Amino acid sequence: MDDMVTLLEPLIPPLRRYARALMRDRAAADDLVQDCLELAISRWHQRREGSDARSWTFAILHNLAISRMRQSKRRGVHVPLDDLQQEVVAQAPDQDQGLRQHDVMKALDALPEEQKNVLLLVSVEDLSYAEAARVLDIPIGTVMSRLARARERLRHIMEPGAQGGGEAGQVLPFRQRRVK
Amino acid sequence: MNARPISEDDLQAYVDGRLDPARRGEVEDYLDTHPEAGARVAAYMDQRDQLRAALGPVVEEPVPSELNLAHLVEERRRGRHDRFGRSARSWRDLAAAVVLLGIGLAGGWVVHGRVAGPAEGVGALASEAADSYSVFAADRVRPVEIAAADSSDLVSWTSDRLRHPVKIPDLKPSGYRFMGGRLVPTAHGPALMLMYDDDKGTRLVMVTRPMAADRNALMSQTRTGDLTGFSWARDGIGYSLVGPVAPGDLHPIADEIRRQVGQSV
Repeated sequence: MDDMVTLLEPLIPPLRRYARALMRDRAAADDLVQDCLELAISRWHQRREGSDARSWTFAILHNLAISRMRQSKRRGVHVPLDDLQQEVVAQAPDQDQGLRQHDVMKALDALPEEQKNVLLLVSVEDLSYAEAARVLDIPIGTVMSRLARARERLRHIMEPGAQGGGEAGQVLPFRQRRVK
Repeated sequence: MNARPISEDDLQAYVDGRLDPARRGEVEDYLDTHPEAGARVAAYMDQRDQLRAALGPVVEEPVPSELNLAHLVEERRRGRHDRFGRSARSWRDLAAAVVLLGIGLAGGWVVHGRVAGPAEGVGALASEAADSYSVFAADRVRPVEIAAADSSDLVSWTSDRLRHPVKIPDLKPSGYRFMGGRLVPTAHGPALMLMYDDDKGTRLVMVTRPMAADRNALMSQTRTGDLTGFSWARDGIGYSLVGPVAPGDLHPIADEIRRQVGQSV
């Protein structure tokens, strides 16, 4: 039991973040995380000894999110985009940064669900490709191809001028970007 | 050097920092000589940074108490959770649990309004405060109707409705920020509910209204489940402070409120 608390507790903030990115509504997201934790607690004994608690718990959350979103789609629940943005992009360090984050969240909305999931798990939650594959229950090859498609699609949404065959004039100095 | 061709997977793994140093060097060389791929990868890294910046603040938020693992484990242990019907219990078990809960609560001099609260006086006020707490403090979307920023509106409106000059106690020295308030209905007319929270997200609720019975009453303590309450009345106005806090921690805050509202407005 203590082992469970030790493993689950540090996962709560990242689970909330993933849920928030999917649901866009703070209360709905936390509700989802609560359901996820309750399920994780009740099924903890079914978990294979030594298996990765993070992918296991994220998989529970992911499955709950999918069924929740299907339900709301059936019910036709729709939350206006601007409300969502304010909810998710809670604090913008400065206005320009805030606008860019607003853009990226808006662009994220335009991605198909399965690309969005991969992108969030890998880019934001820092899951390895193998972990993401376990969470989504898909082969690693599918993770890689969805990730590539998600990133390319996002790029075209955010930079409408972006092209597959870019001209030299638009190319950013690559080495400079990498400093982080 | 050109042993293995650079793949799209290499570029993605480069963005995610998942290449070993040797391969990373090869990818960097490739990107430097292929500006189109370089621009694409730079855009991907920028996306990644922006997504992380946009969503990062969520992990810094205090974890709400509904997601407190110790509480969830405890609730499961008591078998009180059946949101999924996993620990499904019959209605008979549920009824038995409610009866036991009632017996447990009846030990105090006041029990929660829905079980058998006193109909009058500060006991009734304590029940009303506990009810307000359970409805509004649990609300993560709109716990208060008028936010702290509009305190003066809240004061003038509710003073008018309660026919009594209302004062909002300042609990900052005790570590609680004023969130805002709303008017709540009671069997004894309108009451003002004020809500406060601390850095951990713990919320306190204070309810105040004119008193017909118990126009003056000494401070008394109530305990309902995890909820502690302190209630008193003075010159025909009753006050009840409730929160999921140990009595020893809540009592000094109630004393502080009593001191502040006792001063002339």
